[in-house]
Amino acid sequence: MQTFDLEAQDLRALNTALHAQAETLSQANWEVVNAKGSHAIAVGLDAPIEVTVKGSTGYYCAGMNSQAKVHVHGSAGPGVAENMMSGTVIVEGDASQYAGATGHGGLLVIKGNASSRCGISMKGIDIVVHGNIGHMSAFMAQSGNLVVLGDAGDALGDSLYEARLFVRGSVKSLGADCIEKEMRPEHLEILADLLERAGADAKPEEFKRYGSARKLYNFDVDNASAY
Amino acid sequence: MKDQTIDTLPRTEPIQSATFSNSVNAEIRRAAHTGIYDIRGGGAKRRVPHFDDLLFLGASISRYPLEGYRETCETRVTLGTRYAKTPIELDIPVTIAGMSFGALSGPAKEALGRGASAAGTSTTTGDGGMTEEERGHSSKLVYQYLPSRYGMNPRDLRRADAIEIVVGQGAKPGGGGMLLGQKISDRVAGMRNLPTGIDQRSACRHPDWTGPDDLEIKILEIREITGWKVPIYVKIGGTRPYYDTTLAIKAGADVVVLDGMQGGTAATQDVFIEHVGLPTLACIRPAVQALQDQGLHREVQLVVSGGIRTGADVAKAIALGADAVAIGTAALVALGDNDPKWEAEYQKMGTTTGAYDDWHEGRDPAGITTQDPELMARFDPIEGGRRLKNYLKVLTLEAQTIARACGHNHLHNLEPEDLCALTMEAAAMARVPLAGTDWWPGKAGF
Repeated sequence: MQTFDLEAQDLRALNTALHAQAETLSQANWEVVNAKGSHAIAVGLDAPIEVTVKGSTGYYCAGMNSQAKVHVHGSAGPGVAENMMSGTVIVEGDASQYAGATGHGGLLVIKGNASSRCGISMKGIDIVVHGNIGHMSAFMAQSGNLVVLGDAGDALGDSLYEARLFVRGSVKSLGADCIEKEMRPEHLEILADLLERAGADAKPEEFKRYGSARKLYNFDVDNASAY
Repeated sequence: MKDQTIDTLPRTEPIQSATFSNSVNAEIRRAAHTGIYDIRGGGAKRRVPHFDDLLFLGASISRYPLEGYRETCETRVTLGTRYAKTPIELDIPVTIAGMSFGALSGPAKEALGRGASAAGTSTTTGDGGMTEEERGHSSKLVYQYLPSRYGMNPRDLRRADAIEIVVGQGAKPGGGGMLLGQKISDRVAGMRNLPTGIDQRSACRHPDWTGPDDLEIKILEIREITGWKVPIYVKIGGTRPYYDTTLAIKAGADVVVLDGMQGGTAATQDVFIEHVGLPTLACIRPAVQALQDQGLHREVQLVVSGGIRTGADVAKAIALGADAVAIGTAALVALGDNDPKWEAEYQKMGTTTGAYDDWHEGRDPAGITTQDPELMARFDPIEGGRRLKNYLKVLTLEAQTIARACGHNHLHNLEPEDLCALTMEAAAMARVPLAGTDWWPGKAGF
């Protein structure tokens, strides 16, 4: 385990050291202390390493992550794990806006609540939120799975494409073209796997599935009132 | 009188309304028939004040010219000198603007790369990500970071020579885009993580930041991911160029790309293209003023696009304070778009050479703005690249000719004092004197 103190060294030094692991893997376990809300911590990683961040992070922690496991022992600012390609990001606290935005792959676990636009434009990432999510979550979500153990805010899944949304609690309102869908065995299987990997204490049968009605996939003037 | 029939009485000559012209009425009829607004490609077609409304004064007694075929006039430009470890070095100050794979065919993107590289300049990706054709054939490739993030990945981010964060574009500032399903082939769909054949919406705002303070942090993130190596451009549509340029600079941009309303797009509403945004000419001086007010003119470079067609346009944009220009529509025309040899096919589609702009339909006879394999096969990327290289060389030679005539040994030595305006509007926008006077509207002291 190598400890990196963000009070003693700057962000550039941290990310340089972590990026170097993609060239030569010399240290698999890292601990970042005194995060104190710093932005862009552990962004662009591309190695099978584990990074533990002690404290809360600012914007874009673990942005564009590949392969790495980043564990935040605190809350995360906007855009945590944005555009993640693979790997795992775990937030012990809450996450601000845009968690997992445009993510292409990997698993994002938020143990607390996630704010608005969680999973916006997601492109293959899996997101599991133990608490609630805010409004406009999964807006224009293209693919992947968003699992919410709590409640969802307004306009869930607005203008959704092929992403699957699973919510255990209430949904304040559904966005344009988002509907409740049948929960089939293959969905229960996906859900069970994600809940287990996210350490979530919930049963797949407790969830409802939401997805795209696919009525807005091709522009039609008769649908103009839906926008 | 009573013997005269109504047919023999003198009559008022039929007068067409300037307000309800034939073209306006045709559009009303089209809208009434279809119930949908007109979508098209390209930029503003209406007449707006432009570079044609400016003239160079040339040298005489007060300044002496350089010999056209003997004395050197440099054209090189370096973009990204503010923070990037490896700025982009270009032989000429004319770059290729962002155009997506999806809107354009793969071979067309290849041709842009071939032509630009041969001429010593850069090309730019677009919505939809980076293709191998483009990366492979572009010696300098700018990777656009767009709201949709289609195809965005850290590998491509790191193999780009510069990154351009697109906030807006001149054809539709404040608007997103829609690539219609007919152009969504399996390959295009695969790059965008969406099903084949469905419309693909490009958002108007970035999904994970809003406002200038966020943009500063987003730029920090991208610099951290790319190790502060490559320049970060910020592209804005021409709306409030002074304030937007100021905010882009404060957010940490290395380069500001400023696109006026004549700049093209693959597809958007005609009403948007024609009625939102500023003419390119009106954008440049406020943006330069913003750079000067921050003490960063020439340290943060300004790239201007939107209606650049000739070396005179290049020289005028630079004289007004730009460091380089970008071309899009002109590059497509150089490749063969709207070529008269396809007139019969344009006629079948109800249009004509020079007016064809339904690029979103994917039926481009020239095989450039399409994903149809048969149409794409009409386009030769090697020949297209050769044509583009030639065109870029001509733009450069023309700009050099003018610069030498004004007594400058580098294009960047052109200045507003070399210019005058033919109209009051152009004088006001370019802040250069009306021809034959030493005055322009708004000039202090008048």
